[in-house]
Amino acid sequence: MAGGPRLYVAQRLSALVLAPLVLVHLALILYAVQDGLSAEEILARTRGSLFWMLFYGLFVLAAALHASIGLRNIVAELTPWRGRSLGLAMHLFGLLLLLLGFRAVAAVTL
Amino acid sequence: MAETLSVSIWRGGAEGAFRAYQVPHRASQTVLDVVTWVQRNLEPTLSYRFACRVGMCGSCAMTVNGRPRWTCRSHVSAVAPDLRLEIAPLRNLPVIKDLACDMTGFFEKWQRAEGRFKGGLSRRDPVERILPDAPQRRAADAAIQCINCGVCNAACDVVAWNPDYLGPAALNRAWSLQNDGRDRARVERLRAVATAAGCHACHSQQGCALHCPKHLNPTASIAGLKAASFKAVFKGEL
Ligand code: SF4
Ligand code: SF4
Ligand code: FES
Repeated sequence: MAGGPRLYVAQRLSALVLAPLVLVHLALILYAVQDGLSAEEILARTRGSLFWMLFYGLFVLAAALHASIGLRNIVAELTPWRGRSLGLAMHLFGLLLLLLGFRAVAAVTL
Repeated sequence: MAETLSVSIWRGGAEGAFRAYQVPHRASQTVLDVVTWVQRNLEPTLSYRFACRVGMCGSCAMTVNGRPRWTCRSHVSAVAPDLRLEIAPLRNLPVIKDLACDMTGFFEKWQRAEGRFKGGLSRRDPVERILPDAPQRRAADAAIQCINCGVCNAACDVVAWNPDYLGPAALNRAWSLQNDGRDRARVERLRAVATAAGCHACHSQQGCALHCPKHLNPTASIAGLKAASFKAVFKGEL
């Protein structure tokens, strides 16, 4: 069965996690832009920082979960594509987000 | 001179067309009165359903000027102040003929949502006591007055997108049973409704609640089911 109660719970909990993370992320962007930080200055702050690694690691995890479940719901609702193949495709989509996300986190924190 | 209504009524099945009629306007006239007048005076083969004419049986719902309504209690003066009426069959159900829809799928969804009472006592047991002002009893009250008219089902876009969606009426019914202290099928019913084609498909936009002629709020019932399923996942019941 596509999108049972567990996915619903995962969707809500990931939203709960994402909400504050997105706010901090936005505040961070504003701060960096307002202060005119250069790429080097930003990297100097994030490289080797366990905090930012965990912060954005969690961000990527929650976003990949939230987006893949959400996209699955939207596709199932607006197109005739449902069932197992849709579930598989959305697993792959979530995996892709994870991969891209973690790559980006590694690039700025390692 | 008495006023005349310009009425167009759907004729045919899924394929068909609107046909225009002129109907005399009367005081306190309902949309159902108009349909009946057309059938008696102009179009003897016009098919439509009604029974009680007083808003109890739920059989007379149609699409009136684009909105789903119970026709026996919709006054022409209220729903068509410009004296123009377009009357079509209820949305989201297969049309049998003219204004009569096939309600089979609608009621099958009630069964799929475990919309029937399952008690645990036999006739030899004493009657279970339910206190009228117990919180659970009050929660059941909010959803209990449904007349199965199908108006909410017609108002729901998610039903239109996904014909498998159980829909507001069946889920509302399931919620009233979840709050029935005598019922023993709580977990079973939750399993039946907590699916992607069940309560979790609802967008909470309240089209159903806006149109329900009994002023019920299926959205609130569905929110109750969502919350119950959330808890049930952590209790390991789902
Ligand atoms: S609130 Fe839910 S059930 Fe009601 S019309 Fe909207 S999607 Fe349908
Ligand atoms: S909930 Fe309201 S609109 Fe829906 S079937 Fe029951 S009475 Fe009709
Ligand atoms: S005829 Fe019974 S509710 Fe309208």
